Amino acid sequence: MRGQVTRFAARDAGPLARLAGFMAHLRANGFRLGIAETETALAALAATDCSEPETRRALKSVCCGSAEDWARFDPVFDSYWRNGGRVRSKAVPSNTPPAKATREAEGTASGGSGKTDSPDSTKDGEADTGGEGRLIATRIANLRRRDLREVVSADDIRLAETVARRLGAALRDRRSRRAKAAAKGARIDLRRTLRASLSTGGEPFRLKRRRQPDRPLRIAALVDVSGSMQPYARPFLAFLAGLMRADPAADAYLFHTRLVRVTEALRDEDPFRALNRITLLADGFGGGSRIGAALQHFATTHARSHVDGRTVVMILSDGYDSAPGTEIGIALDRLSKRGCRILWLNPLKGWRDYAPVAAGMAAALPHLDLFAPAATLDDLAALETELARL
Amino acid sequence: MTAETVQSGLSAQGYVASPDLAMALHLALTLGRPLLLEGAAGVGKTEVARALAAWKGCDLIRLQCYEGLDAAQAIYEWNYPRQLLAIRAQGDHADEARLFSETYLLERPLLRAIRQPVAPVLLIDEIDRADEEFEAYLLEILSDFAITIPELGTLRATTRPMVILTANGTRDLSDALRRRCLYAHVDYPDTETELRILTTRHPALNHQLAGQIVGFVQSLRKEELEKKPGVAEMLDFAAALAGLGVADLSADPAILQAALATLLKTQSDRAIITTEVAQRLAGKAA
Repeated sequence: MRGQVTRFAARDAGPLARLAGFMAHLRANGFRLGIAETETALAALAATDCSEPETRRALKSVCCGSAEDWARFDPVFDSYWRNGGRVRSKAVPSNTPPAKATREAEGTASGGSGKTDSPDSTKDGEADTGGEGRLIATRIANLRRRDLREVVSADDIRLAETVARRLGAALRDRRSRRAKAAAKGARIDLRRTLRASLSTGGEPFRLKRRRQPDRPLRIAALVDVSGSMQPYARPFLAFLAGLMRADPAADAYLFHTRLVRVTEALRDEDPFRALNRITLLADGFGGGSRIGAALQHFATTHARSHVDGRTVVMILSDGYDSAPGTEIGIALDRLSKRGCRILWLNPLKGWRDYAPVAAGMAAALPHLDLFAPAATLDDLAALETELARL
Repeated sequence: MTAETVQSGLSAQGYVASPDLAMALHLALTLGRPLLLEGAAGVGKTEVARALAAWKGCDLIRLQCYEGLDAAQAIYEWNYPRQLLAIRAQGDHADEARLFSETYLLERPLLRAIRQPVAPVLLIDEIDRADEEFEAYLLEILSDFAITIPELGTLRATTRPMVILTANGTRDLSDALRRRCLYAHVDYPDTETELRILTTRHPALNHQLAGQIVGFVQSLRKEELEKKPGVAEMLDFAAALAGLGVADLSADPAILQAALATLLKTQSDRAIITTEVAQRLAGKAA
């Protein structure tokens, strides 16, 4: 069962302050709450009889805004109201659980200040073994915990931003079903025509028209940051950061052996801090890759709310998967059922005599709308014409 | 009124609400705030509104959202053909003020909802299917409960409808909308709750069979399915078995396999749940 009810200090300012404290506690845990919510919470508590499950449920209904909030409300509630006199209950989730990417990270990651763990891992190595073994261990650890700021510079991001902006412009979609009034258009707008006819004595002289406006496609970019992709990490990460800054609707993910959503981290106004934050998120950078599992995870979770018929899923990977390739095919098949378009940009395709023989790549091919080479920012920029044709 | 009142009120209408949901509904009614319900398809989100309206004895006004839904479909529209006819009929004496009177106004769900003599339940179903522009418009109406028609002026709400919005995650909703609403996440019911739902809806059902059905559906949800069966599917399944005169789930594999048509709605799910798997699950449930 849960801990005891929290004992507040004697000089505590009363229930109102405690509730305000709880709201601040929720905010610190990544809930998005304003002052209006505090007011609503008070009103809600007034409408209940202030017994335990009642208050919990009432506050839950007021303070949660999404399924994720809903799932982690109870431990956060317990840690504030039922910490049994302890400063921090064991039930509190640590502030940055590694798997949950964006929201929790927001409140905390910026405090990281870029000190990566390399000194620590060196010390670990020394403690464990000596001689040759130590060297190898250190080197691998360094590779795994690479600071992305060494890989990408701010100039890269600025350059990538212009490329990303142009690509976004190329991806304008003309298939919106919603018609808008316009000077020229295929369909006659009956409503406005009749309205205008009032001024000409009921004769519809002036035909008003409607057309289907351009609708931008949303981009969801998935970047492979496994070991085999290291040489290309620089342009791709810069592209990702640029894309996030150029297009407010875009979505970004990194994957190696698992997949993390980095959209909100990359939206940080300071490009350096953004990279710092994704470094923290992308633990395992430069390791192995399990493309199939990562894509499968994407298709079953994030894609459900972020991918629809007006989304372009852009996968930047070399297709070397350490698991059998069939999984990739299944994942892409599932993804394409959401009606999105799938592009695969492979840095190896630019090589002479390249054939997509890697099992994963071969399995992916039938599901792709575009399979193109891309190894540098210039290559990405050159995609503009291809994308316009999609 | 307390959350328990809501819970018992709804259960009188054949809807078994979880304590969390009952509390959210209670607050929504007391504070007069819209309630956003999220959850997988088939957990009974839409049904809440229906039960609520039946319990309160008021109308249920439903707005089904879809991509491209616009103000003319959701709020109001002038009846142009009728206006045109009137202009022709009146000839030179056309009275413009009369043309834009309420006689020629077509009320769509949102306008209708705020102009009822008795506060109705307004269900805005699958809000995540509508465009973002529409979401923004909806926000305005949900905060003021007033609609401005240029020709007529601002129409204020005569009564405040109880607003229930549902979403099942086809698109991320805006923070603004989430913040304006109270929130409840509706999950698949646990075994006990589901059994209560089943016995409420099909009181004539053999008690042992009801237990088997619920156990079977619960374990089916644990399988790797593309589309997990919801509560509505479970009720269909029970009705199908009752109609087929089945008394024991594991008695006849062929009939069970046939009745699965009410639970599994995709080809690949049918392929995963073979006769053997179905028998194993039914055996466990027995």
